[in-house]
Parts: sequence; C-alpha cells; structure tokens
Amino acid sequence: MSESDHSVSLDHYIRLCAVVLLVIVCTTSGMIATSFSHIGTGWTLKVTLILSIAVINAFLVAGYLMHLLTEKKLIYIVLGFTVFFFIGLMGLTIWATGEPPVGTILH
Amino acid sequence: MEIPYTIENRPDTGIYNAKLGIWLFLASEVMLFGGLFSAYVLLRVGAEPGTWPHGWLDVKLGAINTFVLALSAITTLLAWAACKVRQFGKFKFFHACTILLGVTFLCLHGYEYHDELTHYEVHLTNGKIADGHLLDESKDFDLAQKTGSLTLEGRMVEDSRELVDLRAPAAEAAKIQEITVPASEISQMGNYGPSHNTFTAIYFTITGLHGLHVLGGTLMILYLWGPGSRMWKTDPERFTNRIEVSGLFWHFVDLVWIFLFPVLYLT
Repeated sequence: MSESDHSVSLDHYIRLCAVVLLVIVCTTSGMIATSFSHIGTGWTLKVTLILSIAVINAFLVAGYLMHLLTEKKLIYIVLGFTVFFFIGLMGLTIWATGEPPVGTILH
Repeated sequence: MEIPYTIENRPDTGIYNAKLGIWLFLASEVMLFGGLFSAYVLLRVGAEPGTWPHGWLDVKLGAINTFVLALSAITTLLAWAACKVRQFGKFKFFHACTILLGVTFLCLHGYEYHDELTHYEVHLTNGKIADGHLLDESKDFDLAQKTGSLTLEGRMVEDSRELVDLRAPAAEAAKIQEITVPASEISQMGNYGPSHNTFTAIYFTITGLHGLHVLGGTLMILYLWGPGSRMWKTDPERFTNRIEVSGLFWHFVDLVWIFLFPVLYLT
C-alpha cells in the first residue's frame, strides 16, 4: 500500500465542512425567510434575492466541496464552454418569450 | 492490458482520465438540466397572470431535503479525504452516512409524491370544487356508473382560481374539513399528478429526473462502499480516485437541488 497523502488533513476537511454546512443552513433559512416575507417587495426582487442566495450556496459546493477553486486549467476551459452554452440556452429562452413564433395562440 | 492514466496525471491535461471524463459528463448534465430549467422559465413567464401555482409544495420538506443532501455532500468529501489519509474505517463510516442520507432524501421525496398523488381536485355538478387529500373511498365507488362516494380532507371553493395561491391570506385562513362527495354529484376529478397542469408536469419531470440521479448515485456509492471497496487492498490510489469521481457526481446532484429548491418551492 502506498503512503498516505500528507497534503490532505482529515481534521482540516472536517472544519471546512462544518463551516460550509453552517453557511448553507443559514443561507437556506435566509431564502425561506425572504420567500415568506411580507415587506412589500415585488416578485422580481424577491426572486432575484432568493436566486442570488442560491448562487452563494452553489459557489460553496462547487468551490470548496468540488475543489473548483484549485482545479486545473483544462477543467476551467470545459466549464467555460459549458457556461457559454448555458447562457446561450437561457438567452434564447428569454428571447423566445418576447417573440413567439407566428401562429402562436395568445390568450 | 493496463488502462493508462487511472492514477497518475496525463502530461498534456494535467489530470487523470476519469476526472476529465466526469467533468465532461457533468458539463453535458448542466445542459440537460439547463434545458428543463429553461422550459420552466418559459412555462412560468408564459402563464396567464394569477394562474401559476404558488405555495403548493411543502417548504419544510424541501428544506429538510436541502439539509440532507448538503450533509451527504459533506460526508462524501470526508469519505474521499479519509481515503487520502489511508483511514479505511473512516471512509466506510462516512460513505455509509452518504448512502443513508441518499436513501433518506429519496424516501422524503417519495412521501412528497404520495402527498401530491393523493391530493384531488373534484369538480361538482353544482359548480363548486372540493379540494383535498383522499381519506376514504366507498367500496362501490365508480365515477362512470355514478355509484358510491368519496371522502376528502380539504376545503370547498367556488372558483378554481382560489386554489392557485395557497399562501394568499384567504387560502391560509380556509377551514380544513372532511368532505364526503357522492359520485352522482361529481362532474370530473383528478389528482395533482403530472397531468394536472403545467406546473405539476414540469415539477414531476425535473424532480423525477433529479431523483433518478440521486438513486443512480446512491447505487454507485453503495457499490463502492460494498463489493467495489475490495480494490482498496490491491490499488488504494485508484480506489481513492474512484471515490473522488463519484463524489464529483454526487456534489453535482446537490448543486442541482440547490437551485431546484428555491425555484420550485420558494418563488
């Protein structure tokens, strides 16, 4: 059996994971509180706030749990292409909502 | 013949082959779920004002599932870290936790599906609507023959628009009661399954696909925890890489849920 990897410490990961879990619990609670708040904010603002918090959670999972912050360049290139096509997909969706195809029945 | 670069990094890519493979696979998964998210956006934006359901899903259950999946992502990472520091016992413990949490997520989701599938909207001949969970159905109940009756636990409304926003003050104040409806008074009825409306259709499609990913991931981790862990004795480095790759998939499943929960349950 080969030697253990001294660059990895289980205690370090346990501490990191505890922090990540705590932040996820707090941010999820924040999302729920925002969703149920009656502070007169518009629907668009509420959705923007909730999705922004979700992005923070996603950053924590991708950055720390998936080690994306310290990944190799090739992975970033792959993800760069993914982001490009994902934005294109969503962009087409938003574009399509404004210009329905000819013949679409609008109620 | 030995498969190259299962342990050591390829000189040109800087990573081992399986890692590049899983990232390419996850990139395709992003586009798969992206397509469904864009379908959701189109359906939601295209819905008539006041017709898109709000508050239909149990936020408490969704939040618990978020916590369960986040915790499982953490135990997966710790299982990999335990392999890295050559503590096989701890790897077994953390991965067992991941499996249990994955099963818990699926059970909670199954309970939620059951809740939706036993929830009925019953249109009566007098124009009213009985909406609630099916409590009982008489033995001779037959909608086509108009015989028997069914009992729901829910509320009676005059208009289906009253059922759209369950977070509206009127809906929250509504009195939940037992309603027995004779089949002869039912004009049509249906449960809150995928065919109920576009919201339930996209809800069941996205969460069903996500659930299949959780099921697949759980089975894969179960294999690596059980018979697959024999590789630890012969090739621990390669086994550790397998744990890392399966962990990346599991984290992705968690990532998808991080967006599904607010989009479906909170907005």
